[in-house]
Amino acid sequence: MNTLPVGDVLDLFVHFLTLSLLSIGGAMSTAPEMQRYFVVERGWIGETDFSTAIALAQAAPGPNVLFVPVLGFQAAGLPGAAAALVGILLPSTLLSLGVSRWGARRRDTALVRAFTAGLAPVTVGLVFATSWLLALPFVSAAAHRNGALLLIALTVLVTLRTRLAPIWMILVGAALGAAGLA
Amino acid sequence: MRAGNFSGTISLLSSHPFSLAPPRMSDPATPRPVVQRPAIPRQHPASPLALFIAFSLLALQGFGGVLAVAQRELVDRRAWLTRTEFVELYAIAQMLPGPNVVNLSLMIGDRYFGWRGALAAIAGMLLAPFLIVIALAASYERLAEFPAVAGALRGMGAVAAGLILAMAFKMLATLRGNLLGPWLCALLGLTALVAIAVLRLPLAWIVIGLGLSGWGLARWRVAVLDAQARLCPASADTPTPSDPAPGAQP
Repeated sequence: MNTLPVGDVLDLFVHFLTLSLLSIGGAMSTAPEMQRYFVVERGWIGETDFSTAIALAQAAPGPNVLFVPVLGFQAAGLPGAAAALVGILLPSTLLSLGVSRWGARRRDTALVRAFTAGLAPVTVGLVFATSWLLALPFVSAAAHRNGALLLIALTVLVTLRTRLAPIWMILVGAALGAAGLA
Repeated sequence: MRAGNFSGTISLLSSHPFSLAPPRMSDPATPRPVVQRPAIPRQHPASPLALFIAFSLLALQGFGGVLAVAQRELVDRRAWLTRTEFVELYAIAQMLPGPNVVNLSLMIGDRYFGWRGALAAIAGMLLAPFLIVIALAASYERLAEFPAVAGALRGMGAVAAGLILAMAFKMLATLRGNLLGPWLCALLGLTALVAIAVLRLPLAWIVIGLGLSGWGLARWRVAVLDAQARLCPASADTPTPSDPAPGAQP
C-alpha cells in the first residue's frame, strides 16, 4: 500500500469531483481519463495496476464503479480509496437526485430526446476505447500476447452468445492465468 | 410516476396477457403443467432499513454487474416496481452522469423515503461490496509476489477487457435505432475512440466537445423528423411525440 501527501489526496478528490459530472454512461466511460491521470500524468500506479483494479472489481460482487476506490487504494491507501469513491459519486448523485424528480416527465421532449440520442454514440466510442486501454498491457507483452488475445476473444464470444454469469469467465481467466497459459 | 397501470392485473387467477407464451396447439393431449407464478401484489419497502438490506443483498449477488440481479430482485421477487417502471427509471439513470446502477438505486430509494431512502439504497448498494473489494485489493498486494497470483490477475484482467469489449458491442447494437442515423453515429463514436485511445486527449474535452456536437446534431434531426412526420404521417415509422410548437423550445 502506498501513501501520498494530503495535498495529493485532495488533488485526487477534486479531480474525481469533476470526472463525476462527465461520467455519462457510467463510471467505465471515465476509465481512460483515470488511466491518463493515475498512470501517465501522475505516475502513481503502473499500467498493469490499472488493469488489476478493474479485474478485482469485476471479480468482486457489487457495481463495477468499485474499480474507482481500488485505484485510489493502490495510489494512496484507505484515504485514497475513500476520496476516490466519494469524489466520483457525490456530484453525480446530487445532480441525479435533482434531475430525476422532474426528468421522468420531460423525457419525450425534443431537447431530452436529442440529448440521449446525441450522447449515445460518444458513449459507445468511449467504452471501446476503455477495452482497448485495458487490453493493451497484456497484448503488448510478447510472452502473453497470444493467450491474452485468445482469452479476450473467447470472453467476447461467450458474453454475446450465452447468458453465462461473468464470474465464471473471470474464474476461468484466473485459472488459465495461474497455470501460466494466459 | 404512474400509479394506475398495474393495479388491474393483480389477481391470483388471471395473469398478465403479455407475460406468457401462447399455449401450444400441437399437443392438446398433454396439458402443460401450470408453472406460472401468480402476479404478486405491489409491495412497498417497510423502512429505509429494509431498502438498505434489500440493496445490500442484491449487490452481493452481482458478480460482474448488478443490473440483471436488480431487475430480478426488485421487480420479479419483491415487486417494488413493475417491469416498465424499471426500464423507464433505468433509461433516465443511464442519461445522467454517474454509475447507472447507483443512479437507479437513488431514484428508487428517493421515491419511497425521499433523500433518506436514496441514501439507504446507495449505502446498501456500495458499503458491503466496497469493504470486500478493498480487502481483496489489500491482500492482493501481499500475494502479488507469487507468480501464480500474478498470472491469475493477468488472466482476470484479460477477461475483464473482453467483458468491456463485449459490453461495447452490445451498446453498439442499441445505436441501430438512433435518430442520428448510422453515418453520424459512426463519425461521433470513431472520433471519441481515436481521441481517447490514440490521441489520449482529456475526457472533459471529448464529452463537452463531442457531446455538444452530438446534442446539436440530434436536436436538428429531431426537428427534421418531426417536420417529416407532420408533412407525411404515414411514412413515419414511429409517431414522434411532437412538441407543442417549434418556437416554444428555449
